[in-house]
Amino acid sequence: MQSSDQKPNQGGSRRDFLKKSSIITAIALTPTVAVKAAENQADERFAELFEKIPLNLTVNNKAYKTAVEPRVTLLDYLREELHLTGTKKGCDHGQCGACTVHVDGERVNSCLSLAVMNEGKKITTIEGLANGEELHPMQAAFIKYDGFQCGYCTPGQIMSAVACVSEGHTSSRSEISEYMSGNICRCGAYPNIVDAIVEVSKGGMKA
Amino acid sequence: MEKRLIKDENDRVDGIFKVTGKAKYFAEYELPGLTYGVLVTSTITKGRITSLDTRAAEKAPGVISVVSHLNKPSAPAYEQEGGSAMKIFYTDKIFYNGQPIAIVVANTFERATYAASLVKATYTKDAFNTDFEKAVGDAQAKKLQGQPDYKRGIENAYQTAEVKVEEKYHLPIETHNPMELHGIIADWRTNNQVVVYAKTQGVKATQGTIANVFKIPIENIQVNSEFVGGGFGMALRTWPVEIATVMASRQIGKPVKLVLTRMQMFTMVGNRPAAVQTIGLGAKKDGTLTGITHRAFGETSVYENFTEGVVNMAKFMYQCDNVNTQYTVVPVDLGVPIWMRGPGEATGAFALESAIDEMAHALDMDPLEFRIKNDPEKDQQRDKPFSDKNIKEAYRVGAQKIGWSERKNKPGSLVDGQWKMGYGVSIGVFNANRGRASVKGILKADGSLVLQSATSDIGPGTGTGMTLIASRVLKIPAGKIKFELGDSSLPQAPSQGGSATLSTVGSAVNDVCVALKSTVAELAANSNMDATANFADVLKKNNLPSIEVTKQSQAGKERDEYSMYSFSIHFVKVKVHSLTGVVKVDKIVSVGDSGTIVSPKTARSQMVGGAVGGVGMALTEESIIDHRFGRYINNNFADYHVPVNADIPEIEVHFINKPDPYINPMGAKGMGEIALIGFSAAVANAVFNATGKRIRTLPITPDKILAS
Repeated sequence: MQSSDQKPNQGGSRRDFLKKSSIITAIALTPTVAVKAAENQADERFAELFEKIPLNLTVNNKAYKTAVEPRVTLLDYLREELHLTGTKKGCDHGQCGACTVHVDGERVNSCLSLAVMNEGKKITTIEGLANGEELHPMQAAFIKYDGFQCGYCTPGQIMSAVACVSEGHTSSRSEISEYMSGNICRCGAYPNIVDAIVEVSKGGMKA
Repeated sequence: MEKRLIKDENDRVDGIFKVTGKAKYFAEYELPGLTYGVLVTSTITKGRITSLDTRAAEKAPGVISVVSHLNKPSAPAYEQEGGSAMKIFYTDKIFYNGQPIAIVVANTFERATYAASLVKATYTKDAFNTDFEKAVGDAQAKKLQGQPDYKRGIENAYQTAEVKVEEKYHLPIETHNPMELHGIIADWRTNNQVVVYAKTQGVKATQGTIANVFKIPIENIQVNSEFVGGGFGMALRTWPVEIATVMASRQIGKPVKLVLTRMQMFTMVGNRPAAVQTIGLGAKKDGTLTGITHRAFGETSVYENFTEGVVNMAKFMYQCDNVNTQYTVVPVDLGVPIWMRGPGEATGAFALESAIDEMAHALDMDPLEFRIKNDPEKDQQRDKPFSDKNIKEAYRVGAQKIGWSERKNKPGSLVDGQWKMGYGVSIGVFNANRGRASVKGILKADGSLVLQSATSDIGPGTGTGMTLIASRVLKIPAGKIKFELGDSSLPQAPSQGGSATLSTVGSAVNDVCVALKSTVAELAANSNMDATANFADVLKKNNLPSIEVTKQSQAGKERDEYSMYSFSIHFVKVKVHSLTGVVKVDKIVSVGDSGTIVSPKTARSQMVGGAVGGVGMALTEESIIDHRFGRYINNNFADYHVPVNADIPEIEVHFINKPDPYINPMGAKGMGEIALIGFSAAVANAVFNATGKRIRTLPITPDKILAS
C-alpha cells in the first residue's frame, strides 16, 4: 500500500533481486518449477542462508550446533529458538536483570549479549539449575522465603542470587542488597529475596 | 509438572513453577506458524496522519503484512459512532506521542523490528499540551467532568477554624511498569474462532472486549492467562494494541505475538494520573477536627475520560461534621490513564495524610495522638457503623514496633553525624469490596479436589489463598487441592482489581466446599457410613469417581447495613543527609487491619510489596515529559527509578487478624491497595520530622529538600 504523495522506493535489496530474478526466470524458462520455487519462498531461504552465521554453544549441558542471524540476542535466541522461556525479557536494555543467565559461570544480562558472541560458551539458564526434580538450594529458599509474587523477575533473581553467593558478596544483608540491585522486582519481594540468599549463603550451596 | 513440592501449606502453590522457569506467561506459548508483530508509533503528539509508506517494510525479508488504518480488517464496533475516539487503525487522528499507527508482522521478531523501522509516516501537526500543571491552571475557569461534589455540614468550614491548614500537593505521572512487558498472542482461526494468550487481570473482560469489538459470539473466544507477570492495574483493560494484534491475526490467518518494548509501556498502556490537590483542614486548639476540604484535579486524556477515587478518604476517615470535596479531571494530550495500585485513594491519601501531619504540627500535637483523637466512631459519610475497624490497636502495635517513643515532636531533633532522623505515620484505607463469582469444585475418589474459576493471579497468590480456604473447610491437605484460573472457559469471576479477589472468589470457594461437604455427608448417611469417614472412602463406596458442585456467591444485605473497609497504618523511619538531601528509608512497619489473614505468607509479601511500591512513589518515581515535544524522556528502567534491592530496608508487617463479622464467610478483606495507600505520606511526614522541610510535591528528591 502507498499513499499518493510519496515517491516509489528506489532502494533495491538483495532480496528484491532474488524476488525479481525468480520472476524473470519463471517467465523465461520452465514456469512451473521456478514459480513453485518462488512460492516456496526460495528467496527467503537464500536470504536465510546468507544472513545466518554458524553458532556452537552449550545450553544447560546440551550442545547446540546451529546458525543464527548476528542481530539475534542471546535472550531472544533462548526464548524464541530454543523455547527456554524461563529467561525473561523485562526491558531488553540491560536495566532490569530479568534475563540474567550464567555464561561460563558468570551472570550476564542475556539481552545485552548477541547469541553469536557466545560461540563455544556454556550457558546455564533457570531451566538448567535444578538437578532433575531436586531443586537448587536457591530455588528452594526462594519458595521458603516467598522471594517473589508474580514470578516474572524470579528466574533472573535466582540466577543472580546463585552468582552473588559464588562471587562471595554475602558478608552482610546490605552487601547482598547491593549486589542484587541489578535485578528489579516490581512486586517488591526484596527483603524476602535477601532472606533466601542469607540462608543459602550460610548453609553452603551445593547444587 | 504435576508433582507438587510444597513443603509447607503456606508456600505458594505455583512457587515450584516460578522458581524453575516452568511458569508460562502469555508470550511463551508455542503456536504453529507463530508470527511476530512490532508496532510503528507516531512521532508527533497531535494531528493527523497524511501518508503512511509501508512499501519498504513490506519488501523487507520475512514480512507478511503491515496492518494500519489503510488496510485494517473489519472491526464492527470501531465502524460505529461513539465510544472512545481512539479506535486503533480506524482513525488517522493522533492523540498522543507514541500512539500505535501500524503493526508490522513478520516471521521473526528481528525481521519485524527491522521492517517496522522502514515504515514512514507524514503528518499534519496540531498544537498540543502535555503539561498537566499548566492544563490545571488553564482549566480553572472551564466546566470540566469529574465526580459529583460532596458536602456534609458547612462548606469550607476550615476557613473559620481556630487553627487552619491549607496547602497544595502535587503528584507526577507514575507508570505501573510490571516486570513483564505487555502484549498478547492472538490467533484468529477459521470460522471466527479466536484464541488469545493475554496478559490480563480479567480473562472474562478480555473475552468480552474482543467479542464486542469484532461482533462475534463470546463462545468463539478463548482467553488464556494462567501466569501474569504483574499488573498493578495496567492489565485491567484490553488495550487498543491488543485489538490491533487480533486484527493482524485476522488479516493474515496466522497467530501473531505482540510484546511491547519497555519504552512503549510508558505511553499506551496507562499510568497513574498526575494530580494537583488542595487540602484545607480546620481544628480547635484541643485537636478536634472541625472542617475538611479536599479539592483535586486529576489528569485524563482528550479522547477518553478517566476518573478515580482521589477524594474518597476525606469523606469518612476522620470524625468531622463539616466536609466538602470536589474532583475534576483535566485532559492533556497523553495516553489515557488507568488505575495504578492503591489507585486514586493513594493519590488522595498523600495529600490528606500530609495535611493531617501538618495540622498536628500546627497544633503542636503528636500526629499519632491527633489521629487517634479524631478516629471516627462510625462512617459519617454513609451514616453507618463500620463492619470492623481496629485502627487504635493498629496504631499501638505499629508505634511500639517502629520505636515511636524515640520520636521528638520538634523536627530536626534527632541527628546522627550528617544524617537527620525522623519518624512518620499515615493511614491507608480502601473499600472492602466483594463482587460476584462462581466456582466449580470437583472432589475426586482419590481424595483430591480441583477448584475452577475464571479469576486471575497477577502475583498476590490467589491460587494459594483459595487452596487454603478449601483446605480449611474440607480438611483436605493443601497439597491435594488444585485451583485452576486464568482461563475464560471456567466459571465466571470478575477481574482481579480493587483488592476484591480473595473476598469475592474466596467466598465462592468456601460455599462450594461447604456444599461438597454436605453432599458427601448425605452420601455417607445413605450408605450407612460413619459421618467421620473420609471423602475418598465415601465416593468409592458409592462408586462415584467424582462429585461436582458449582456455586455462585455474592454479598447479601449486610453491605447495606455496614460500611466495610480495609485499613493499614504505615510507620516509617527515615534518615536525611544534611549535605546532599538524600533520603534513606531506615525502617518500615506496616500494620494491616483487613480481617482474617487467610494466607499469612503471601499476605505478608503483599504488604511488603506495597511498602516497596510506596518507597518508589514517595522518593523516586516520576514519568517526565519534555513538553516541547510531548514525549517521555525517562521511559526506561535506567531513568525511571523504581526501588531496587538496596533502596529497601527492613520491613516489619503485622496483622490485626480479627475476622470481619459481616464481609464474607472467611471474615477476610482485601489488602492489595492498603499495602500502598498512604505510604508516601508516611515518608513525607518522616522527612518533615527529620528536617523540618515539608515536601508537597512527589517524588521527594534531594533537589527539593535542598531547595526548601
